[in-house]
Amino acid sequence: MSALSNAAAQPRVGLFATCLVDLFRPSVGFASVKLLQQAGCEVHVPVAQTCCGQPAYNTGDRADTREIAEQVIEAFEEFDFVVAPSGSCASMLKKHYPGLFKGDTKWEERATRFSQKCHELISFLTDVMMVRDTGARLDAAITYHDSCSGLRELGVQAQPRKLLSGVEGVEIREMADSDVCCGFGGTFCVKYSDISNAIVTKKVGNIDTSGADMLLAGDLGCLMNMAGKLKRQGSNVEVRHVAEVLAGVTDQPPIAGSGK
Amino acid sequence: MELAAKHFKASATKALADAQLQKALGNVEKGFIGKRKKAADALPEFEALRDNARDIKNHVLAHLDLYLEEYEAKVTASGGHVHWAETAEDARRIVLEICQNANAKTVTKGKSMITEEIALNDHLSANGIEPVETDLGEYIIQLRGEHPSHIIAPAVHLNKEQVEDDFRRVHTHLKADRDLSEPVSLLSEAREVLRKRYFAADVGITGANFLIAETGTSVIVTNEGNGDLTQTLGKVHVVVASIEKIVPTLEDTAQILRVLARSATGQDMSVYTTFSTGPKREEDPDGPGEYHVVLLDNGRSSMLGTEYQDMLRCIRCGACMNHCPVYHAVGGHAYGSVYPGPMGAVLTPSLNGIDETGQLPNASTFCGRCESVCPMRIPLPKMMRHWREREFERNLTPSTARYGLKFWAFFAKRPKLYRLAASFGMPLLSMFGGTSRRFKSLPLAGGWTRYRDLPAPEGRTFLQAWAQREALKQEPLNQGAGQ
Ligand code: SF4
Repeated sequence: MSALSNAAAQPRVGLFATCLVDLFRPSVGFASVKLLQQAGCEVHVPVAQTCCGQPAYNTGDRADTREIAEQVIEAFEEFDFVVAPSGSCASMLKKHYPGLFKGDTKWEERATRFSQKCHELISFLTDVMMVRDTGARLDAAITYHDSCSGLRELGVQAQPRKLLSGVEGVEIREMADSDVCCGFGGTFCVKYSDISNAIVTKKVGNIDTSGADMLLAGDLGCLMNMAGKLKRQGSNVEVRHVAEVLAGVTDQPPIAGSGK
Repeated sequence: MELAAKHFKASATKALADAQLQKALGNVEKGFIGKRKKAADALPEFEALRDNARDIKNHVLAHLDLYLEEYEAKVTASGGHVHWAETAEDARRIVLEICQNANAKTVTKGKSMITEEIALNDHLSANGIEPVETDLGEYIIQLRGEHPSHIIAPAVHLNKEQVEDDFRRVHTHLKADRDLSEPVSLLSEAREVLRKRYFAADVGITGANFLIAETGTSVIVTNEGNGDLTQTLGKVHVVVASIEKIVPTLEDTAQILRVLARSATGQDMSVYTTFSTGPKREEDPDGPGEYHVVLLDNGRSSMLGTEYQDMLRCIRCGACMNHCPVYHAVGGHAYGSVYPGPMGAVLTPSLNGIDETGQLPNASTFCGRCESVCPMRIPLPKMMRHWREREFERNLTPSTARYGLKFWAFFAKRPKLYRLAASFGMPLLSMFGGTSRRFKSLPLAGGWTRYRDLPAPEGRTFLQAWAQREALKQEPLNQGAGQ
């Protein structure tokens, strides 16, 4: 493992597991811990975490969002870094928290300082911890979906591909329009289920055409959406969070599918 | 035009079931996205130009009153007239008066979203003046009695067979064997008919892409040259434009023009870029005898100084809708307003109030692709979110969403209770997931399970499992402490 090169001073990392990982897919949490520890981090999981507040934020409920944000900041600000296995939650902490406290000098500064420590998992590993190889191996032809917030708000695109191309046995088969939304969009997918369905149907078509037998992404929301559609269509494409593959933790059944 | 934005959901569902529309919408994706990318990639300074364009417009908006005064003075000095219209009704009345003073029977129109915004065609027709659209797309729409479904490609929702049928229906002088199977033959058919209309028209009405304060010039870009003919052949040229179209100088205009066509159609420049300053001068061989500019506010000045001010930078290139997955799925008419897509989702509530337009800013996945291509770097998702906040504050958010959210937030704000509920709930839900590890339907989750399965949770929550794992590692003395 080359990752230990950076371990001179072990950074203390608070893992923000995200509500979906916590509730639906703990294996992603454990995979994240493993990757972070391998990279030389001391990992902590504060119990006072629930959700980053996105559902409230995107519904226009600023007051509740702010209360949740204060709670997250209080629980996590003691760490050197705060890492989330999700582009959209990481972006919420990093890009959107400071704006919630505009005009409140004390909190705004606190939130800004906090936001600077926050990172999406895969980009944290490559860009901060300089991980080049996670030492995993897996025989699979994978295709990777770029989840919107991670891609457009945090610039996560090359990082997962770089690490995946180092996984022995993995072949990357890019799908068409990998950077187009899967139609999840948080509450959008239930509020506008018809439109969401049209968008995810296109996405699933692109996944199928890629010929890959495994779909990876870095956001559990998108993954559950695509997995749900693949399952409904009877597809065998296996669906997993990218951290599970990079950590070599694939003992849990996939989110969907059984491979081709 | 009647505001049908409140029916967005129903219109969207209908649009999704319309096979012809779905096929036509495929062209938006195929046509525009690749072309814009190619044009942007070919210009190394494209990103810097976007910053520049944004800065120019921000500067104008900070001093809009001064630039508008300067513009008015320059137009007047060149022999033109400036009319201020606070509302759509004012603008309609002013244009009608100008037309009536010119004894106009027919007016030709270059494509203009502003005249759509003020529903000018209906007003002119109702007063005995025939408006003739000269942009091919607008002409087709007019034949069909429809409204544009896209701000730069008004008829993008139609296919060429439909257009052929319309031409055969309306152009009754057509020989039955005339070939109208290709876009070019359709274009020349429209040209032939329109050419006669240009000469018959007494007044030409155009929009404006820019109004230049330094010179009192209006600028219009087209790919068909219809804007030129509209404004030079009539006795009177009327420019209808909204106040935020001002740019300070010719140089600034050139800067913004460089991002406009590249973002819209992937061209370096539109085929025609026409600058007009005042009426025909004595030494000019042709041009209109009178030159009028109707400056429309219609709610824009009240956006200044608010979180929606950035929207006034919009140059109507259409890139945001060309890249929007929701627009791709439902098309422009579903939005039920003059301006569709992401820019419409911000602008329509600004112009018409949030009460009946709240669906528009909600119908977005916040994927951010619109913002990533907007040449003016308008933070569209952020402004849609502001509209959702206004809705929420005023209790306009649908009550199911509101109560669902409040229920969830109650737990999200109380970690201990949340943990407790989750530690009971998730294993239970996991158990119900059975051996197939999925739900085909679930009470209260119909919005999800109607189209997709819900993957079953693994069982224990991550924090539960983690605490247990840590506890096993701890010394017996401080078991689980800190967890
Ligand atoms: S919002 Fe931006 S991308 Fe959309 S039409 Fe306006 S300038 Fe173009």
